[in-house]
Amino acid sequence: MKEWPLWEVFIRSQHGLAHKHVGSLHAPDAEMAINNARDVYTRRNEGVSIWVVKAADIVASSPGDKVPLFEPANNKVYRHPTFFPMPEEVKNL
Amino acid sequence: MSLYAQQVDTGVTRVQSAEEMSPEERAFQERIDAGIKIEPKDWMPEAYRKTLIRQISQHAHSEIVGQLPEGNWITRAPTLKRKTVLLAKVQDEAGHGLYLYGAAETLGVTRDQLYEDMLAGKLKYSSIFNYPTASWADVGAIGWLVDGAAIMNQIPLCRCSFGPYARAMTRICKEEAFHMRQGYDLMIALSQGTPEQKQMAQEALNRWWWPSLMMFGPPDADSVHSAQSTRWKIKLFSNDELRQRFIDQTVPQAEYLGLTIPDPTLRWNEERGHYDIGDIDWEEFYNVLKGNGPCNRDRLRTRAKAWEEGAWFREALVAHAEKQEQRKANREQAA
Repeated sequence: MKEWPLWEVFIRSQHGLAHKHVGSLHAPDAEMAINNARDVYTRRNEGVSIWVVKAADIVASSPGDKVPLFEPANNKVYRHPTFFPMPEEVKNL
Repeated sequence: MSLYAQQVDTGVTRVQSAEEMSPEERAFQERIDAGIKIEPKDWMPEAYRKTLIRQISQHAHSEIVGQLPEGNWITRAPTLKRKTVLLAKVQDEAGHGLYLYGAAETLGVTRDQLYEDMLAGKLKYSSIFNYPTASWADVGAIGWLVDGAAIMNQIPLCRCSFGPYARAMTRICKEEAFHMRQGYDLMIALSQGTPEQKQMAQEALNRWWWPSLMMFGPPDADSVHSAQSTRWKIKLFSNDELRQRFIDQTVPQAEYLGLTIPDPTLRWNEERGHYDIGDIDWEEFYNVLKGNGPCNRDRLRTRAKAWEEGAWFREALVAHAEKQEQRKANREQAA
């Protein structure tokens, strides 16, 4: 038998927060995926909104590329406010 | 290995030394030693992948088969409140199985394959679920003792080295606390009830005490795969260590209920600061593990029946999804 596709599940835990990945499940279609996600991942009021995305449709960075991919940010410490020492007597900076 | 995943074969006979490791293996071990989680797409030794697939899937199967002993009492729960609580608990077990199959699938296996391997007897589930639930009090004893033992093992696993497994365990542990408490609540009700009810509670404790202690797995000296699993941080405490913690935690709980632990040699050891217990019947443990427990055949038969008799429904849902997809495509073409 053909296996049900895999879906990744994202839940907004409260109004005002972003959706967060919580896990995955199998379902024959998107509607069933939402229904199953409700039963599996929100049995204790964990969410106010659900997204499901077919796992096959997710494009991810590869762990092998980690160093070159994130390197550009590593040598730019001046992007952080702590890079600039401030005189103690000056307030609200 | 212990608990819901027993006797997990790591495929190695002894732990490799740093000199014997390839550069990749050494980097992998250093990452684990530094407490950095391994994620599915990261490089990992084949033995680590295979061990985790076995361990996580055995754990998942245990959740699914574990629905049966308690499911046995849903229709006969004494009150509507107890019935709704038990339904919620058994539903949680299905959810736990699902989180864990999801974690196993990130390692490149499919849930259907893992499930069919379990039905074929190629992958195991915890032997605790091969014991019958003879009375309603067993539902309380399972929540209190079996889920209590499970929590003891699973809380450390929230910190294990494999990210998806650790995250699944975190969700599970939150829910297990409800399972243990509803069980103890049931035991309180029976222990404070009529003499017959208290007797029921005592008999359930008698039935589940020793099998619960066996859940932690064989003594450390006989636990062949533990060293490698410990090195990989997919096992964080030894079988005997966790078993002792469980005993020390549970004895006072039994005292509160006014029930007697079925071990005449049980006594507090002032010097060790722990309870000493009598000998565990490991022959029984290995016998149940081999498939000769009271319910082994029945459990697998029930699971296989549900899987086979539900096949038409799973297929119908796929057919429906395909038809909807086709209709949508036709509409778009026409527009």
